[in-house]
Amino acid sequence: MRIIVLNLRTIENNENMKILVCISKSPDTTSKIAFTDNNTKFDENGVQYIVNPYDEWYALVRALEIKETLGGNVTIVSVGSAADEAIIRKALAIGADDAVRIDADPTDAYYTAVQIAEYAKSNGFDLVLTGKETINYNGSQVAGMIAESLDLPFVSLATKLDVNGSTLSLEREIVGGLEVVEVALPAVVSCAKGMAEQRIPNMRGIMAARTKPLQVVAPVAVEALTSYVSYSMPNAKSACKMIDPTNMDELVELLHNEAKVI
Amino acid sequence: MSVLVYINSNNGLHKSAFEAVTYGKKLGADVTVITSGNADAATLATLGNYGATKVLVDRSLSGDDAQQLTRLIASAATSVGATTIVFSHDIIAKAVAPRLSVCLKAGLVSGAIDIPNADGTINVNVFSGKAFGAVKVNSAVKIISLLPNSLQPEANGSACGVEDFAGNAGDSKITIVSTKKPEGEIPLPEAELVVSAGRGLKGPENWGMVEDLAKALGAATACSRPVADIGWRPHHEHVGQTGVAIRPNLYIAAGISGAIQHLAGVNGSKVIVVINTDAEAPFFKAADYGVVGDAFEVLPRLTEAVKKFRSSGH
Ligand SMILES: Cc1cc2nc3c(=O)[nH]c(=O)nc-3n(C[C@H](O)[C@H](O)[C@H](O)COP(=O)(O)OP(=O)(O)OC[C@H]3O[C@@H](n4cnc5c(N)ncnc54)[C@H](O)[C@@H]3O)c2cc1C
Ligand SMILES: Nc1ncnc2c1ncn2[C@@H]1O[C@H](COP(=O)(O)O)[C@@H](O)[C@H]1O
Repeated sequence: MRIIVLNLRTIENNENMKILVCISKSPDTTSKIAFTDNNTKFDENGVQYIVNPYDEWYALVRALEIKETLGGNVTIVSVGSAADEAIIRKALAIGADDAVRIDADPTDAYYTAVQIAEYAKSNGFDLVLTGKETINYNGSQVAGMIAESLDLPFVSLATKLDVNGSTLSLEREIVGGLEVVEVALPAVVSCAKGMAEQRIPNMRGIMAARTKPLQVVAPVAVEALTSYVSYSMPNAKSACKMIDPTNMDELVELLHNEAKVI
Repeated sequence: MSVLVYINSNNGLHKSAFEAVTYGKKLGADVTVITSGNADAATLATLGNYGATKVLVDRSLSGDDAQQLTRLIASAATSVGATTIVFSHDIIAKAVAPRLSVCLKAGLVSGAIDIPNADGTINVNVFSGKAFGAVKVNSAVKIISLLPNSLQPEANGSACGVEDFAGNAGDSKITIVSTKKPEGEIPLPEAELVVSAGRGLKGPENWGMVEDLAKALGAATACSRPVADIGWRPHHEHVGQTGVAIRPNLYIAAGISGAIQHLAGVNGSKVIVVINTDAEAPFFKAADYGVVGDAFEVLPRLTEAVKKFRSSGH
């Protein structure tokens, strides 16, 4: 009898599972990267924004798959301005239940993470998912910072994620390989390639997304720890030297004597 | 200025550890290393050659749990009064450095590519390597996570002392069930030479040519995303915007068109060689040396040339 009771309790837990998925925007990779104001600001002129691919393809889709098999609720959170609501609606169209926009400029990773942690703390979530990194700043910082702010275990760069009762079973990247790990909920996980497959939103999802709840909350007061002072572009490559495909000795000679890399 | 450098010393010392200690030495005279790995004291003492004054080691940790390592490094930072903490920007640093940043309220510069500029800002790659950003840290204590292959290790010191350190790291809440490690391969992010191939190779059965060249050079192998997606090559070889970002000294790309998402992961390479049948392939615009030709002929020819070069004592 006892076992059944425990089982029921676990299923009930799963049904109530609340997942928070952190979504950020990033410029479409074909966007031209340029800076204005004396190279201190990213030039947004003509830039198309997309949902950061790791957040959308892996974190969000896996959260939805878990919800579809176990029940529960998937909430999206994004720290950004009103202009970012377009990408939040896109994430809603893929299938999340509701969204929260923390109305602030995500100045640095610390500022962003504290905002998300504060929201998570006051609303209670079992699982917080992020992408592996944003492709504009490639910092891989926000997830670990959320975890530390909430004093929760953090599994980084997870390539697989399963829920067994109140335990997560994961596969994650480690230096030169993979590791299978388990951790009790609540936890923070950053999601990498392998966790799920990209989903294309359908018409019904897009229609439904228009009326799904998107709550706007005010940020908490916190000082950023870092700031971007200026930007620069790499020096243009000098013209490519063409080598005769039948003369690989010449290429080896150039790599040794001119480029000095072998 | 007191600098604390965290290094991963499991399974020996990696080149990235020598880079991180060299970097620490360039920032300040007093460099302490903190580690929890299984390398023996004699091995750890060699970090003195790169500028460490002493190495602190806590052998009570078994894995690389971010919560435990954060506590360990935080207590070492307090004990030596560190004003800068340096990591090598690897998988462990990506999990630990952000936690430490919150724990110490210390600004984190993630993926530094150089020593600080004259104004104290530190350059990092932004927009997948298409530009650089100069980051200013506003807090008294700084954390810098150094991108591998950003500077050459400099060994001109002598062995240093190694002391046991009790970091009060606590328990890990993460249970490690098993690990899968490919044996004997060079981890891609650390490789100095990389041979990579794409869909132009036509099928997995043709990768022998790529591996032969890699072996002759002592290089790691990589691939474009479609090649990993269709299962011709393992996922951990996939480089680019959604795969691994690398910056080796030499990147040889055969049968890869050079799509912007691929370039995003490799454009930090010092020298790029492109082999492609199509003279109009976009990759040539990012290349230092180009070979317009059939990879099926050029790769074996290049392998022979490298073997000849290596056997002449290089
Ligand atoms: C959001 C997003 C993220 C992406 N992330 C990545 C990523 O991280 N990494 C990545 O690689 N791609 C990524 N891509 C895919 C990328 O856009 C390209 O489609 C991909 O890089 C092309 O791979 P390829 O060069 O191997 O194949 P192709 O584009 O098919 O190119 C094959 C090349 O081989 C040449 N060729 C053919 N036969 C020969 C021969 N016998 N000898 C020599 N050359 C030959 C052809 O001329 C051609 O240039 C991403 C795409 C998107 C939309
Ligand atoms: N402004 C933001 N709002 C919500 N989530 C974010 C924001 N910025 C980053 N994240 C999340 O944190 C992850 C890592 O970001 P980063 O540390 O910038 O590489 C991203 O993949 C997102 O899931």
